[in-house]
Amino acid sequence: MMLARPWLPDALLRPPAVLLLPFADWLNAFSDYLQNDLQLTIFTRAIADVVQFILDVVNNFLLGGRKGLGLPAVPWLTVAALAGLLGYFLGGTRLALLSGGTFTYLALFGQWKLAMQTLALVFVSAPAAVLIGLLLGIAAQRKRWLEVSIAPLLNIAQSLPHFSYLLPVVIFFGVGHHAGAIATIIFATPPMIRMTLLGLKRIQPEIIEAGRTSGCSPRQRLWLVEVPSARQEIMVGINQVIMQCLAMVVIASFIGAPGLGYKLLLLLQSLRIGDAIEIGVSIVLIAIMLDRLTLAWAYRVPEYHGDERFLVRHKYLLGAIALAAVSIAIAALEPYFYFIPRREGLSTGFLWDPIVDWITLNLFDPLQVFRHFVALYILIPVRDLYQWAPFSAVMLLYTGLGWCIGGRTCALLIFSFLGFIALSGWWDRAMITAYMITVAVSVCIVLGLTLGIWASRSPSRAKRALLLCDTFQTFPSFIYLIPVIMLFQVNDLSAIAAVTIYAMIPAVRYTIEGLRNVPVPLQEAVTSAGANRLQRLVQLELPLALPHIMVGINQTVMFSLFMVVIAAFIGTQDLGQEMMRALSFNDLGKGLVLGFCVAFLGLTIDQLVSHWERRRKRELGLAE
Amino acid sequence: MDGKTSGVIRCESLWKIYGPDPGGIFRKHDGAPSDEALKESGHIAAVNNISLEISRGEMLVVMGLSGSGKSTLVRCLSRLVESTAGRVEMDGQDLFALDEKELIELWRHKMGMVFQHFALLPHKTVLENVAFPLQMQGITPDVRRAKALEMIELVGLSGRENYFPRELSGGQQQRVGIARSLAVDPGIWFLDEPFSALDPLIRREMQDEFLRLQEMLKKSIVFITHDFDEALRLADRIAILYHGKVEQIGTPEEIVMNPATDYVARFTSEVPRARVLTVGSFVVAGEGDGVEPVAKDTPIASILRRIVLSPDARIPVVEDNGRHLGVIDRNALLDALFG
Repeated sequence: MMLARPWLPDALLRPPAVLLLPFADWLNAFSDYLQNDLQLTIFTRAIADVVQFILDVVNNFLLGGRKGLGLPAVPWLTVAALAGLLGYFLGGTRLALLSGGTFTYLALFGQWKLAMQTLALVFVSAPAAVLIGLLLGIAAQRKRWLEVSIAPLLNIAQSLPHFSYLLPVVIFFGVGHHAGAIATIIFATPPMIRMTLLGLKRIQPEIIEAGRTSGCSPRQRLWLVEVPSARQEIMVGINQVIMQCLAMVVIASFIGAPGLGYKLLLLLQSLRIGDAIEIGVSIVLIAIMLDRLTLAWAYRVPEYHGDERFLVRHKYLLGAIALAAVSIAIAALEPYFYFIPRREGLSTGFLWDPIVDWITLNLFDPLQVFRHFVALYILIPVRDLYQWAPFSAVMLLYTGLGWCIGGRTCALLIFSFLGFIALSGWWDRAMITAYMITVAVSVCIVLGLTLGIWASRSPSRAKRALLLCDTFQTFPSFIYLIPVIMLFQVNDLSAIAAVTIYAMIPAVRYTIEGLRNVPVPLQEAVTSAGANRLQRLVQLELPLALPHIMVGINQTVMFSLFMVVIAAFIGTQDLGQEMMRALSFNDLGKGLVLGFCVAFLGLTIDQLVSHWERRRKRELGLAE
Repeated sequence: MDGKTSGVIRCESLWKIYGPDPGGIFRKHDGAPSDEALKESGHIAAVNNISLEISRGEMLVVMGLSGSGKSTLVRCLSRLVESTAGRVEMDGQDLFALDEKELIELWRHKMGMVFQHFALLPHKTVLENVAFPLQMQGITPDVRRAKALEMIELVGLSGRENYFPRELSGGQQQRVGIARSLAVDPGIWFLDEPFSALDPLIRREMQDEFLRLQEMLKKSIVFITHDFDEALRLADRIAILYHGKVEQIGTPEEIVMNPATDYVARFTSEVPRARVLTVGSFVVAGEGDGVEPVAKDTPIASILRRIVLSPDARIPVVEDNGRHLGVIDRNALLDALFG
């Protein structure tokens, strides 16, 4: 069909206009119906008021002011001291330094207010998301029909870009602080549902039987046996929720959520890179701290303290009270320890600005050459190819692939995913998105595999690399725009560069894991057969690790779709750009349709890769 | 609801069929589907028309290899798994007629169960694990603490009551499992391969320990194992399971002496008979010639030396209460051992 392009009728080249279905109008009509006829907004605005009130209380606690309970704020010294103690309690000196240090940094550098606004949003949305997710997860485990109906929804929800969550929230809940919190709650709930379900399913059947034969009523069994036994997964779920919350809170600045994200948005828009880096460091520090604290909590093993004296047994609680009292007293005497306004804070801006200037001055020309080269010989040809390919041929190609790899259901799903995109009228934009992620994912695969193979060659190197991956993955995706804008300014290449950096993490991680997890007896067998290192890698390790590596590449595709939409912020012409526009015009239908287009692109690849991966694992006898 | 005086289980024509439509296939063949009919329709009978009875204070060991349906059988008897058909009675009470609430009450007071992989709650201490069934009954903390400590002492774990399961060895964990299952003083005790996950030496030690406990407690026991030696050591009676059916049920001695099927014979051929057979099986009428008498329950291994070294002695056999039974039939005994 590609070859026959000149003779094909127009209707097969791009989706004919008569066939386009006004999905957006339908969605808008539906939302109007919900708003006006069902008066759902009364209900949703009531929720919004509740959320707003809780937010006010937390904000009041952290920042003072007249809203909420009207109490004075807690001094930063107290917050830092208590965070340090919590860190020590959960993970010893290093974690104490990390958490205490983070808050001290935020205070000393005059970012206290912004950071507390961000954290207030996280502190409100995370518990809500955890609670909702836990209850839904438990319900899904109890009721088979709920699990079956919730699974595809979770798949779509987790491949919808962040932006798609913002629009409905704005329509039903309004703009502002609470909208940020609500969007965050909705966004962060799916992983909690998944982890709860996973944890409950992984419990040994014998443990549940032990509960039953011990005479548990169903409720006793749930809360005293099953939930505690699934603690680990549930705690990892909480960790994921908190990290998702932070990422979303930063992005929710687009709908007026205050805090570090909002400030970063403004700074990036006015290209004030130096200040943006400073904010970026704060966000990164908060991310690492939250991640390490919750993980330390998750992997904590229970210990027995019942036989210790009162003072020893409650040393942390008493210590916290003492620390709070002392730090509040100090703050009362010396206002510097109470609150440090922005202009009195330290700044590293003087450090960053010259670096940024130097880069602009000295690297501009070589980078310009590089940029032109890449654009001329790679980006533009690929984009033109994608735009040139008849849509019917693309659909046929992928549906056929789906048929070969995953059978009929898979082919049917892919056909309907792509069919939706074609009929929605956004085919051309979707192809631009597809072209950008194709380039980005290709680079990710080449670089990620190389890095992964290199890192997997020694156990200690692999461990360090995995730790690095963990750390990078906790950063909210928004952060990755800062260095890219610094180097490439604003264009397609910088968007692709940002996507590449962000999306490479899973490729590296899964390559390392896959290669390190090749069974030792097999390695020994191949080595004793006289294979050298290269032969062992090519003949044994790569083939066996390939299914696992494909899982990583699948995630790379998902990550890059998320990032490509965020990168719309620095000016692309794809679906993400349209989504930004829909956001600024409050066009719910259009925004959602675009979101689904992005999600379906991702799910198409996901269908292909996961079917192939599962089949391959079965063939290799690696399936569980 | 008094656990001490009760303790009889009877099951009649018990069926547990797995597959697409267990109930349907069962009714279609009028409650007696043949092996072929089951196989053709893609069903498997994990418990295939089993009837047996455990009397008060008796230990029935259910022996079978993996896939023989022994784990399913014990779960059907305890109603952890719903059976396809049949009837289970516990102290004359129809187990399948109970609703959920009554069933929970039954578990709370009458049954104890020990699991192959211990199934201890990882977030609770030894003491809390043992007290857990009592907690479910709503017993006050002081009372259940006292009772749990008593159980912990019984299984020899005193001093470790505040440990967590992860801090214990496998053998110790199973002691906790045993203590937990005994905490409510159940009349009926189910043990599902309790020692299979342990090292051979520890297993042996635990078996001795278990015999000591049973000597004291006299529970009615269903004990599952895949280890024929273990079955011989512990059982009052053994039921040998194969493909969901009972191949043979009887005392260890009966099974070793008269295996009912080839399958059973394959197990018994390797068994050192001197350890299983007792003197009581080789008694003929007659008066002893003044040498020291032996009890009829004595394994012949322990008197073999006397028999071989003094070929002409007429060794008297007596009952537990000392009543004279006869003398050992030397030739029959040697034939059974070496013939």
